[in-house]
Amino acid sequence: MNRRTSLALTAFAALSSAAPAAAQDKSIVVASTTSTEQSGLFKHILPLFEAKTGIKVRVVALGTGQALDTGRRGDADVVFVHDREAELKFVADGFGVERREVMYNDFVVVGPAADPAKVKGSKDTVDSLKKIAAAKAPFASRGDKSGTHAAELRFWKAAGIDLAAGKGTWYRETGSGMGPTLNTAAGMNAYALADRGTWLSFKNRQSLVIAVEGEQKLFNQYGVMLVNPAKHAHVKRELGMAFVDWISSREGQAAIASYKIGGEQLFFPNYKKITH
Amino acid sequence: MPERDALSAALALIAGADPALWGIVGLSLAVSLSAVALAALIGLPIGAALALFRFPGRGALVTLFNGMMGLPPVVVGLVVYLLLSRTGPLGELGILFTPGAMVIAQTILVFPIIAALARQTVEDAWHEYEEQMRSLGATPRRSIATLIWDTRFSLATAVLAGLGRASAEVGAVMIVGGNIDGLTRVMTTAIALRTSMGDLPMALGLGLVLIALIVLINALAHVVKAMAQARHG
Amino acid sequence: MHARQSPLPLVLSDLSFAAGGVAILERISLTLEAGPRTVILGPNGAGKSVLLRLCHGLLRPSAGAIGWRGPRIGRRPDAMVFQRPVMLRRSVRGNVEYGLKLAGIGRAERHRIATERLEAVGLAHLASRPARRLSGGEQQRVALARAWALDPKLLFLDEPTASLDPAATRLVEAIVLAMHEAGTKIVMTTHDLGQARRLADEIVFLHRGRIVERAPAADFFAAPKSPEAAAFICGELPV
Repeated sequence: MNRRTSLALTAFAALSSAAPAAAQDKSIVVASTTSTEQSGLFKHILPLFEAKTGIKVRVVALGTGQALDTGRRGDADVVFVHDREAELKFVADGFGVERREVMYNDFVVVGPAADPAKVKGSKDTVDSLKKIAAAKAPFASRGDKSGTHAAELRFWKAAGIDLAAGKGTWYRETGSGMGPTLNTAAGMNAYALADRGTWLSFKNRQSLVIAVEGEQKLFNQYGVMLVNPAKHAHVKRELGMAFVDWISSREGQAAIASYKIGGEQLFFPNYKKITH
Repeated sequence: MPERDALSAALALIAGADPALWGIVGLSLAVSLSAVALAALIGLPIGAALALFRFPGRGALVTLFNGMMGLPPVVVGLVVYLLLSRTGPLGELGILFTPGAMVIAQTILVFPIIAALARQTVEDAWHEYEEQMRSLGATPRRSIATLIWDTRFSLATAVLAGLGRASAEVGAVMIVGGNIDGLTRVMTTAIALRTSMGDLPMALGLGLVLIALIVLINALAHVVKAMAQARHG
Repeated sequence: MHARQSPLPLVLSDLSFAAGGVAILERISLTLEAGPRTVILGPNGAGKSVLLRLCHGLLRPSAGAIGWRGPRIGRRPDAMVFQRPVMLRRSVRGNVEYGLKLAGIGRAERHRIATERLEAVGLAHLASRPARRLSGGEQQRVALARAWALDPKLLFLDEPTASLDPAATRLVEAIVLAMHEAGTKIVMTTHDLGQARRLADEIVFLHRGRIVERAPAADFFAAPKSPEAAAFICGELPV
């Protein structure tokens, strides 16, 4: 098939899939986070899911806050994010059902190689943040209601730091995703909290290196939920549950574990039958 | 050096004939061309009618269309998103996060440009033609089609301006399309994604491909226009 | 051949026209009968063009009335040719057929009529040429063919040769005469005395928005009754 034909077919297929009659094609919309998508995990596991079930997964990658909002509105069938508190509230409010904790990855604190706050190699995140605040070393925050941002704020709280004082001087909120925040941090020689997945595939590091890693507190739990069909009748219940079931199954969990960047595993499956 | 990497990335992309790239290019063209076609279908007659008819509120409408030429794409995207969301008035259609939604958003963006420019063009032409056309029996209503055809070269420029706007924007298609890999990812959203991942050479490479595409379309249109204009005067 | 029911004469009663507070035409009363070629003569600014446009319905009078005394059937019986011909961006034939298309004439019939008229004005060989690529004189002849195609009972011409060279002028005048011969009433404005002498059967002399004199052409030129007309003929009034 020559290029023009395939282009035309692509165009036609793309546009015709916009028809409401798309209920016939087997697909679900999963609202997830930009960091998860950018880590490349979906590109790895979704083809396996589709091969097994024939279900196409359409991932809309947003910030955690926006992903949950998308679920609340019923614009997605499944929500797959990493903010336990927000997820539990989502379920408690009746917007999500069948929540399962399926995997975790970890955060790292990155910073300039020169390390002005002298925190490199530390295994104590809270203590490192205290040192960064004390040194008034530049820190780039996502500031976007994301799961990463929420985790970051919990650390600052635990360290007892009042961020309002530093906003605009050493503490800078970019209001954007992980990648752009890292871009900013690299450009400003600032520290930042990042998920390991985004960091590993981030290509614009300049002088940034990992400063703090490995502490249990840096582990970041992911949860998957079906958008409550009782609240939104059009949600694809069977297809959505097929995804939730698969990702908690031995196959799905193995698929998660097999995803590596440069030989390093990014996500660690941890589904246990005890769920909420 | 990002610049040199970008150039080689761009060339590698094109030479490699990466099917994913061609899918993205194809979708970008399909969405923007559809939006422009739709916007022209609605915008040309409306612009012409605005030029030919006098009615209360006409001046306000002209000012409105002129102003809407500068609609921020991201705002249009947000509004269309709220309309198409399941909790919105058109949620039943279920077309959020599909190319159809992207076409709708871009049509809204492009329509004012085409309508406003068409109004100006047709108004100028009507100024020249009015007496003769009335003499021949053409009422303003019947003159719309004649004037649109007669000013087709200037209108083609307006349509191309609309195409440029549609191809270049990222805010609207990002919000209503969701930048879904393999379904609603177009050139601009792909570039935004690569940039946010820190993959600047690839982003620049895609950018060069996009620019080359736009230049190609415009050059083609220019040649066609020049040929037709030479023939018809 | 029985006489056609004609909408003529066109009657103007106490017609006045003002624009921006300025009176341009004052109390014009005139009857345009079928038959003679009427030339409206007068210096620039006399109001000739405005008068023509009022007659043709392109302008609305401020006061007074204008109407056809005879029956009007179907489309408008009058056509107009302007000083600068307005050509649509299509072929010569397309332009000539345009008015016919608007009138709902079928394709074959349109083609026949257009061919006939183009031959009559000597432009059949340019039928497929883009009209805008023709010279000024040729375009004016296309405009005449276009008006003629509608079979007008009355043809208004507003300074039709003011922008043309003598050769083109002669061709245009020949066509006007031919149309008159075929039964169209001619009402033409000009400020060119020579043209008026050549074409007019009767003169209506306009000065500062009023009809100052009206007479058969021969009488008018031999012995003008009004001082303004006399001055104009001698070239003392601004042309």
